[in-house]
Amino acid sequence: MSTEQTGALHPGEHLDHEHKPRGITRWLYSTNHKDIGTLYLLFSLAMLFIGGSLAMVIRAELFQPGLQFVDPHFFNQMTTVHGLVMVFGAVMPAFVGLANWMVPLMIGAPDMALPRVNNWSFWILPCAFAILLSTLFMEGGAPAAGWTFYAPLSTTYSSDSTAFFVLAVHLMGVSSIMGAINIIVTIFNMRAPGMTWMKLPLFVWTWLITAFLLIAVMPVLAGVVTMVLTDKYFGTSFFDAAGGGDPVMFQHIFWFFGHPEVYIMILPAFGIISAIIPTFARKPLFGYESMVVATASIAILSFLVWGHHMFTVGMPVAAELFFMYATMLIAVPTGVKVFNWVATMWRGSMTFEVPMMFALAFIVLFTIGGLSGLMLAITPADFQYQDTYFVVAHFHYVLVTGAVFGIIAGVYYWLPKWTGVMYSERLAQTHFWCSLVSVNILFFPMHFVGLAGMPRRIPDYALQFADLNALMSIGGLLFGLSQLLFVWGVVRCMRGVGDKASDRVWEGAQGLEWEIPSPAPYHTFETPPVVK
Amino acid sequence: MTSNASLVRRLLLVCVAMFGFGFAMVPLYDVFCRITGINGKTEGVAAAQPAGVDLSREVSVEFLARSDAGMPWTFVPLTERVRIHPGDLQIVEFEVANRSGEALVATAVPSVSPGEAARYFKKIECFCFEEQALAAGETRSMPVQFYIDPALPERFRNMTLSYRLYKSAHTASR
Repeated sequence: MSTEQTGALHPGEHLDHEHKPRGITRWLYSTNHKDIGTLYLLFSLAMLFIGGSLAMVIRAELFQPGLQFVDPHFFNQMTTVHGLVMVFGAVMPAFVGLANWMVPLMIGAPDMALPRVNNWSFWILPCAFAILLSTLFMEGGAPAAGWTFYAPLSTTYSSDSTAFFVLAVHLMGVSSIMGAINIIVTIFNMRAPGMTWMKLPLFVWTWLITAFLLIAVMPVLAGVVTMVLTDKYFGTSFFDAAGGGDPVMFQHIFWFFGHPEVYIMILPAFGIISAIIPTFARKPLFGYESMVVATASIAILSFLVWGHHMFTVGMPVAAELFFMYATMLIAVPTGVKVFNWVATMWRGSMTFEVPMMFALAFIVLFTIGGLSGLMLAITPADFQYQDTYFVVAHFHYVLVTGAVFGIIAGVYYWLPKWTGVMYSERLAQTHFWCSLVSVNILFFPMHFVGLAGMPRRIPDYALQFADLNALMSIGGLLFGLSQLLFVWGVVRCMRGVGDKASDRVWEGAQGLEWEIPSPAPYHTFETPPVVK
Repeated sequence: MTSNASLVRRLLLVCVAMFGFGFAMVPLYDVFCRITGINGKTEGVAAAQPAGVDLSREVSVEFLARSDAGMPWTFVPLTERVRIHPGDLQIVEFEVANRSGEALVATAVPSVSPGEAARYFKKIECFCFEEQALAAGETRSMPVQFYIDPALPERFRNMTLSYRLYKSAHTASR
């Protein structure tokens, strides 16, 4: 398949030396992995702020007990759309964007294997989110059943915008599947000579495994939203007991998708951290093979633990024990990774540039999120934790200080390679420290109010939670504002403001992506490099 | 090395298969629940007559009736509780009254608790086996004839049979 940029060329148009098409069509018709990676990352950044604004509506309402700003139905729409936007709009596209940029550079390929599919898989996304976000302005409002859209909330009791929601999820799924297939084919077929499987950088490995998870579970999500659609509009009874269906079955099918999905959102971050730690510890990654095996084990185990999301819906004790032990088993490969990162730093010559700071914060805070996950896995304890703010604390630690911090670390790490200029270290360090402090003010107290019994997805709460909720809302606002520093830092680099970056950028950096000039030329590795 | 096209074909096949698997989970779920008996679902068809009676113990069976939210009828068990020997035939009646001014068709969906005991709950005759057409304002008492299988494990001493009455999907305008 051609990797040349041909679609956007018009006769007589002036072309620069890199044959880079100009104007909007450069982006609309682009088949260049770097352009598409940039589009994905910018889209994801926009979604981060949209999802964050929805979260601020939630935090504003929860600033004080009682109902202040929004009615409960609108509050439910906020929690629902916030979750959907962050999961499918911010975290997943950011990882696909990083994969687009970095996978071909890391394996010495000139582009992705299927450049036109690549173009489609990106441009479907803005359409999907335009549809999803448009439901906020419809009569009856956006979906309000939670991002998990349990039946019958999403069928019998949902608003008429459900059809738009289903269509949007289908489009997101198609986009993810196309992206995943592209990444798998690229990694299978486009590796430079000598780039054997066990020489692949860990980011490539984690993405390969993530891509397999995506093609395994996104179709199941498509299936379950289709059932919701036909239950609501076409008289089927998949989840309706009156017609012989079962609402609990929705949860089984959803979480069969949902649990691998949470690893889809963290495995690429593991890959990013595994690239950053060795660079700034100036030592090769400790236990490379065990990292690969651990990632694959986590992926396989992720298919066997969905029941831990539904301990309280009624399950035989044997099944609860199975899901409890299987869940706890995941702590073993995850622990292998954490110990490997720590061992990589052991006696390394460490420096603390911003990518490293975010990576270190990732290790500590992700581990906190993992530990609260282990607490939730304990079946009898889960009956108390289920649907409380403790769960909210848990998944925000693994997703915000885990996945999002991983993404930010990766962006700072590769930004000089993309733009050719160093970001401002002082600005970035300010961003880091503001984020670190505010994110903990935001999420850490959630553990306490959750254990004390504050339920999630409720716009009001008992008076004893008032002080901590006010604190969390302030933390949320500060965390949101801190991200403006991130945007400022990124925009500076995109405009070329800053010190010129060297080709290697970081003293300890290893890998093919550091062999090419900074900024990375529009076309790279047209002649495959030889990997020794 | 596999060519791009054939690799893409195989991966797409995986996607199609997994989409199918999502739907296959629906019958699989029913089969799994029937084999393990964990869902509290009872057989939807009449059971055979009991083989014998276990006089050595008694089981307490309670009855519950619920109407689906917003449905214009009342639905109550006429007996709240019986104590029977496993193998004893028992008939209890449930009464439904259509409070609305129009004819309705109702479906009763049974559920037995604890779920693992559901498979030992044998119904010889039940109003839940078919839909119930109710004229406007009609009150009807509906029987269920059942026995507890003597094979019921010793640890089950109390059981609950619960019905939820729905407007039938065939007449409902959802």
